[in-house]
Amino acid sequence: MIPEIGQFALTLALMTAVIQGILPIWGAARNNAVWMRSATPTAALQCILIAIAFGALMRSFVVSDFTVVNVVENSHSLKPMLFKVAGTWGSHEGSLLLWTLILAVFGAAVAILGQNIPTSLKARTLSVQAWISTGFLSFMLFTSNPFDRIFPAPLDGNDLNPLLQDVGLAMHPPLLYIGYVGFSIVFSFAVAALIEGRVDPAWARWVRPWTLAAWVALTGGIALGSWWAYYELGWGGWWFWDPVENVSFMPWLLGTALLHSAVVTEKRGAFKSWTILLAILTFSLSLLGTFIVRSGLLTSVHAFAVDPERGAYILGLLVLSIGGSLTLYAIRAPKMDPGGLFAPVSREGGLLINNLLLALATATVLFGTLYPLFLEAITGDKISVGPPFFNASFIPIMLPLVIVMGVGPFLSWKRADLPGVFDRLKWVIFITLISLLVVWYMQTKGPALAVLAMAIAVWLLLATLREWSLRIKLGQVSFSESRDRLRRVPRSSHGMTLAHAGLAVCIFGFVGSSAWKSEEVLFVEPGTQIEIAGFDVTFEGTERVQGPNYVAAVGVLRVMRNGRDVTVLRPERRTYPVAQSQTTEAAIRSTPAGDLYASITEPANEDATGKWTLRILYEPLVGLVWLGSLMLVLGGLTSLTDRRLRVGSPKRKTPVATAPIAGE
Amino acid sequence: MKRFLIFLPLCVAIVIGLAGWWGLNPDRDPNSIPSALIGQPVPAFDLPAIEGIGGLGLSTQDFGDGSGPILVNVFASWCVPCRAEHAVLTRMVREDNLALVGINYKDKPEAATAWLTELGNPYDRIGSDETGRAGVEWGISGVPETFVVDANGIIVFRFVGPITSDAALATLRKALAQAGADKS
Repeated sequence: MIPEIGQFALTLALMTAVIQGILPIWGAARNNAVWMRSATPTAALQCILIAIAFGALMRSFVVSDFTVVNVVENSHSLKPMLFKVAGTWGSHEGSLLLWTLILAVFGAAVAILGQNIPTSLKARTLSVQAWISTGFLSFMLFTSNPFDRIFPAPLDGNDLNPLLQDVGLAMHPPLLYIGYVGFSIVFSFAVAALIEGRVDPAWARWVRPWTLAAWVALTGGIALGSWWAYYELGWGGWWFWDPVENVSFMPWLLGTALLHSAVVTEKRGAFKSWTILLAILTFSLSLLGTFIVRSGLLTSVHAFAVDPERGAYILGLLVLSIGGSLTLYAIRAPKMDPGGLFAPVSREGGLLINNLLLALATATVLFGTLYPLFLEAITGDKISVGPPFFNASFIPIMLPLVIVMGVGPFLSWKRADLPGVFDRLKWVIFITLISLLVVWYMQTKGPALAVLAMAIAVWLLLATLREWSLRIKLGQVSFSESRDRLRRVPRSSHGMTLAHAGLAVCIFGFVGSSAWKSEEVLFVEPGTQIEIAGFDVTFEGTERVQGPNYVAAVGVLRVMRNGRDVTVLRPERRTYPVAQSQTTEAAIRSTPAGDLYASITEPANEDATGKWTLRILYEPLVGLVWLGSLMLVLGGLTSLTDRRLRVGSPKRKTPVATAPIAGE
Repeated sequence: MKRFLIFLPLCVAIVIGLAGWWGLNPDRDPNSIPSALIGQPVPAFDLPAIEGIGGLGLSTQDFGDGSGPILVNVFASWCVPCRAEHAVLTRMVREDNLALVGINYKDKPEAATAWLTELGNPYDRIGSDETGRAGVEWGISGVPETFVVDANGIIVFRFVGPITSDAALATLRKALAQAGADKS
């Protein structure tokens, strides 16, 4: 009964979306206020209906209703409750339902919170959002219905892929999807503005909080995913330039560019058509990601069950949405006025470089990701493009970007005084050069690029802190006045400082853990000793441990340093009898200086009985990758609480003082 | 120029869309890695012997003398699966009396010598490919990898990964038998 309610709610949601896709935009064209306002209730209704469907599917998972095919294929009655709940979005169908739910939540949020947005823009935006909903709801109902029944019902389920049974993974898809799908609303705003034919600073201000929210979620989602690969999958690394990683990274890169170009549109009225293009392309790349992940187009470690019919349907949706919006852009963009003029050395100039480099970096990643497909289509050769290509092409684009990032916040709008900026940065430059020499002295073996990257990260961190301290006049005026200034500086400035410093911290982690890591892979028997990065590790043997739905072999590794006990590492190899698969649970000792990381695999064949394969790594500074990511997220959130962006709350208290800006 | 730039994103999107449409062909398996070298003569390469171990190097001239199929194994001392595979290959050489040659891929001579001293050397000839140049010529995607070259110097079979499982061993034996049968 409950699954039927879910199915029914989904069908109703599709019909609501169709109405929402037609009525408000037609109303906007004919200047009919009632039709335009219908967008608000329909968006809310659509959101409620999809939430009901999602709740119905979640209930089926929680009570292990094995009459539902999706539950049979992805759950098991013995699974811990958290993973039963997470199983809701563990499959293709369920994750698609989550996708549409987030789409509808964003639509409803704009409908309810966006009270200061002009009626016609809001109506058009919500209609465009409903077109996307219509596409994905119909995709789900026609090709991948999560509520399909099975008769007779089996006694138990097939279990969720054990790799996916982890807290990090339970959280990773929702966050990633909030990011991916969050850019849909920015896309809708952009298409609505193109239809309306008007882009102004106010438009950029309405769009900004949604861009920021999506960006924060995407940053968090990517960081969690990489954290999951590192801790759960036992890959011994946090980024592999796998196609599926790349497709989540491309919207992040372009979304970052969008955040910055929207600032120029908001403050100076420039970069209008570029901002619109970025808004369209960011979401287009999210859609492309969905297509690549679900169609099995490229070889990847991540895969959903592949079905060509589904791939064709998504491709159709892509053609309509991306092709349609870009055609609209090509027609409308030339009519936009170019906006404010500026000197090459200015805040605008700095942000232009930021945008060009980020767009170039995105194009590079896109090219590397799709190159195997193009090559195969044209010549029939099959190749894969791996980390060497991306490291060689991506890093040289990012390093200049990071250098400019240090200077950018010092530049003033329109025309900046470059010698004055360098005067304020002279100590930062000096310390950076000193640190370059220190790192070079300490790490003579590492690649030269790593030393350079380290120094550039020092530069970014110090320049960011310097800009922040100048802003609150730290040390120049009394401490209490500085504290007072600290409070008065807009939150978005603090957010920027935190995010830029976060990137610097990330770079320390990226460079330390990739350039100076030590790795050993070897066969071990009880008693084998290994020396790595100053640690003496002894393999003492394995123990068998029974878990709730798995059995594990646990390796015991005694770690000593200079003759003193440091810790005991217990890497596990788990076997899940129901799902008939195995997972590796790495054992990690984390310190701020670096992680000691061990994983084991059972003997490969009978010849090597008792000989386990042990992989042991020391990754310096790797924890900074996630600390920096956290700072990026917090920076985004801080910026989101900025007074000028705060949506809703202050307006409700004083509706008269901040009357909505007239739309017509 | 500006007009063209405005249409550029659309054109790129169309190209990607066409490639995606092509890629959806259900017969296409993006995971299979075929070798372009099957049916081709052995590529041109000339490798010296590993310093310190003595013996002979390996070059194109060593193939196609009509004496029988040759097994070419790409290995390295830093490669863990090679260690497991080494035992299987050693037994094959002893029991099946076949010709086995090796390409020591991106390895230091000292490390390779120590490895072979520890585990034994079943190879008739080993070419030391310190730069990985010959590996590129052979089109390898990883280590270990194994090729069968027939008596006429034509590559007839390629196996990616270690030959440790029974299934892998069976396919290799079949390929060897076919290569040998073609000669007579």
